[in-house]
Amino acid sequence: MPQSLISMSYIIATILFIFSLSGLSNQETARKGNYYGMLGMVVAILATVLSDSVSSYAILISALIIGGFIGTRAALKVEMTQMPELVAIMHSLVGMAAVLVGYANFLDTNSSLSGVEKTIHETEIYIGILIGAVTFSGSVIAFCKLSEKISGKPLLLPARHWFNLGLLIGAIFLGWLFLHQAEAGSGLIPLAIMTAIALVFGVHMVMAIGGADMPVVVSMLNSYSGWAAAATGFMLSNDLLIVTGALVGSSGAILSYIMCRAMNRHFLSVIAGGFGTASGGEAAVIEGEVHPIDAEETARLLLDAKNIMIIPGYGMAVAQAQHTVNEITKFLRDKGKKVGFGIHPVAGRMPGHMNVLLAEAKVPYDIVYEMDEINEDWGNVDVSIVIGANDIVNPSALDDPNSPIAGMPVLECWKGDTTIVMKRSMASGYAGVGNPLFVKDNTRMLFGDANKMLQEVLKALKG
Amino acid sequence: MKIGVPKEIYPGEKRVATTPEAAQQIIKLGFTVSIESGAGLSANISDDAYRAAGVEVLPDAAALWSGADIIMKVRAPDSHEVELLKTGQVLISFIWPAQNPELMDKLAAKQTTVLAMDSVPRMSRAQKLDALSSMANIAGYRAIVEAAQHFGRFFTGQITAAGKIPPAKVLVIGAGVAGLAAIGAAKGMGAIVRSFDTRPEVKEQIESMDAEFLMLDFKEEGSGTGGYAKTMSPEFIAAEMALFAEQAKEVDIIVTTALIPGKPAPKLITTAMVESMKPGSVIVDLAAEQGGNCDLTEKDQVVVKHDVTIIGYTNLPSRLANQSSQLYGTNLRHLLTELSPEKNGQLNINFDDEVIRGTTVIKEGKITWPPPPPTLSAAPKAKVEVAKVAVEPEKPSVLKQITPMLIGGLALLGLGAIAPASFMSHFTVFILACFVGYQVIWNVTPSLHTPLMSVTNAISGIIVIGALVQVSAPDQTIMILAGLAILIASINIAGGFLVTRRMLEMFRK
Repeated sequence: MPQSLISMSYIIATILFIFSLSGLSNQETARKGNYYGMLGMVVAILATVLSDSVSSYAILISALIIGGFIGTRAALKVEMTQMPELVAIMHSLVGMAAVLVGYANFLDTNSSLSGVEKTIHETEIYIGILIGAVTFSGSVIAFCKLSEKISGKPLLLPARHWFNLGLLIGAIFLGWLFLHQAEAGSGLIPLAIMTAIALVFGVHMVMAIGGADMPVVVSMLNSYSGWAAAATGFMLSNDLLIVTGALVGSSGAILSYIMCRAMNRHFLSVIAGGFGTASGGEAAVIEGEVHPIDAEETARLLLDAKNIMIIPGYGMAVAQAQHTVNEITKFLRDKGKKVGFGIHPVAGRMPGHMNVLLAEAKVPYDIVYEMDEINEDWGNVDVSIVIGANDIVNPSALDDPNSPIAGMPVLECWKGDTTIVMKRSMASGYAGVGNPLFVKDNTRMLFGDANKMLQEVLKALKG
Repeated sequence: MKIGVPKEIYPGEKRVATTPEAAQQIIKLGFTVSIESGAGLSANISDDAYRAAGVEVLPDAAALWSGADIIMKVRAPDSHEVELLKTGQVLISFIWPAQNPELMDKLAAKQTTVLAMDSVPRMSRAQKLDALSSMANIAGYRAIVEAAQHFGRFFTGQITAAGKIPPAKVLVIGAGVAGLAAIGAAKGMGAIVRSFDTRPEVKEQIESMDAEFLMLDFKEEGSGTGGYAKTMSPEFIAAEMALFAEQAKEVDIIVTTALIPGKPAPKLITTAMVESMKPGSVIVDLAAEQGGNCDLTEKDQVVVKHDVTIIGYTNLPSRLANQSSQLYGTNLRHLLTELSPEKNGQLNINFDDEVIRGTTVIKEGKITWPPPPPTLSAAPKAKVEVAKVAVEPEKPSVLKQITPMLIGGLALLGLGAIAPASFMSHFTVFILACFVGYQVIWNVTPSLHTPLMSVTNAISGIIVIGALVQVSAPDQTIMILAGLAILIASINIAGGFLVTRRMLEMFRK
């Protein structure tokens, strides 16, 4: 296949990828968008495979088939509640691939570059491997945290900022060393040490971030995986990789930004780790009495209400309660009640997590609302049910300037008539902040496993 | 322990101390419940309904009183019932210890334990067992119903073919639980409602019910302890009376609910005011039991004086017997829940618990009334002005805005100075792609953020292209590295696209 034809195929693939992403602007076009993406990928791979420089088809095809098989299995087997884990582990694969391609490229001595071009090329390899390694180890830790293989609590080493700074200086120094040695054709050792440093940095960075910040981390790693691909593109002088990497990179960056804004936190302070470390005075102590309620009374409240709003949180995912939620929703909607879902941008462990779970349970997406769409309307809501959410419905974010989550936009469900909060116990949320919502006069607490309690509510509704 | 619920014998009393629903819950607490046959009939609850709930129905009062460990009643026991009471029995009912000292002595002499539903402390925690509030609520509602019964016109205003009907004007004096319930009921029937209270903090509550709060141009705080009103100064009362006199000429219906704990009801509506009212007007005096707020009220009677109907019923909750039995029964159930935290059917009269301490007026023959004053008031504490930290968004200085741009620009220029042309063309593509990405991604709907992540995951598997080019290198190591990279990246591609597809299939209207 002639070079210009390959280039043209790459341009076609690029366009298809852009279509693929823009298709996601709404649910109707999203499916088509995904097919565009697949088509783009097929075009890109075919064009590359058919180019003159590729000859070892045996390895190539077997690797493609094995990888494709594993990927397919994972995609079909994964539970929707495990989506964050799957996404995290896939980020790590991109990082890993970037590292491997980087090393392969470095070991390939066939290049005809010299002078500044060579230096730039080496720098690109160095940076590509650096980003790839950080993405890889960071995503692996994110995966472990999400799947609760390790604790979600932030690990806060003393002097961790100095530690990070030390790693950065080390990486820069090794880079300088690497460029010098690469002139003479060696440089593998500094490259390897840098890789180790980058891996440590990735681990440390994600370890220091708490569970509630996970949406930011996941989207940040998404962004990194894009930049890793873009760096690889520079290293290989391949525009398709550069463009795709840049698309993915900016996508992840925007998601991180949206998530940070939804928590009213600065991106840097999330990355620096910990939670509430910068809070000013003492947060107000919460006093008052919780009003417990049982499933039957909940059912009665629901039957008397006209306008019901459900606020799902990570607890719904943990309890796998989304199907029961849907059944209750269906039942109430058949009774002519208006049921809606209010989704906070950071509900769950990654952007859009709740939407996917509700979609899985076949909740129609036109009754699932974003926070900004409904926060004005709470006055009309008769009953709102908070399922396993805490910080995203915390009124102290608005009225207590000393609260660690002060200024974070929250779902103001307490402005409705009655709020029913489903929780396993009175423990505080990930942010470790007490929640005055629980002791408000119009709040009722329904304690117990979300799924079990909802099933009882459903039984009581039907009975 | 065994709970007995006798039939109320006070004339005209139709309520009963438990309902089948409440009894079911009480049985869940480990108690057994028995009831005197016919106890619920006046409240439209049959013996069979009780039996269905697992309650034992006993034929007569004697059997019931002698067999039970705990007696639950509505009214305070009369002398006959006191005789039936056994030593050591527990009695839960209304008692009014301040008004009935002899009854208290008799009950104490019997070595009984008595919990008075009228002595439940007014704290937010005790609200669910506050029978006074739940009865007052009913009385307030019923007051309006009684008024409507005796009032010769509509409550709501209408314009009909036969002429215009002005809405009735209702004045509610005292906006406690009963007053607020009356406001709500009158409002619901379409009347114009005004209300007055000496406690300024209820202004908000009155206005939240869409009624008008009558302001008195006089500064005096009327909130006593425990959320009740207190006696006001003579000057205040004079101003208040002037206001009522003026209102009396205007309104059609007056509902008075003014009570001061432990004192006769204040006289608010004088004979002169009644005379000034329009013929056919109605006064409902909810304080009739304590002597009445109106000079002309006669207890338990409806009288017409100066063409004004004055209703002095004291049994308004009993006139909605089913509803009040349900609420009272639920109050009692909540009290039993507090008393039996282990749910083992045993009473634990724990004097460290402020609610139980306040409610218990006699413990094992010893009068424990009045209790030490409650530490918490139902009235809101004086508002502590929280100094709102003004989170004015800092205006970034010009320097702050320009600096990053300057640094970025310099870095780009520096790069441009040393970079070769081939790099620059790639760099151009890169920057443009970032902007395209920025534009495209902002359009993605937030509900599709997860599919966005998985599809970008798949797309970033494009890194496979790099590995595909390298896999044909002669060097064995490179080949292995590249082969591995292909394998990994294709996991991503296949997995990413397929899982995205799976997810998107789920998004249905």
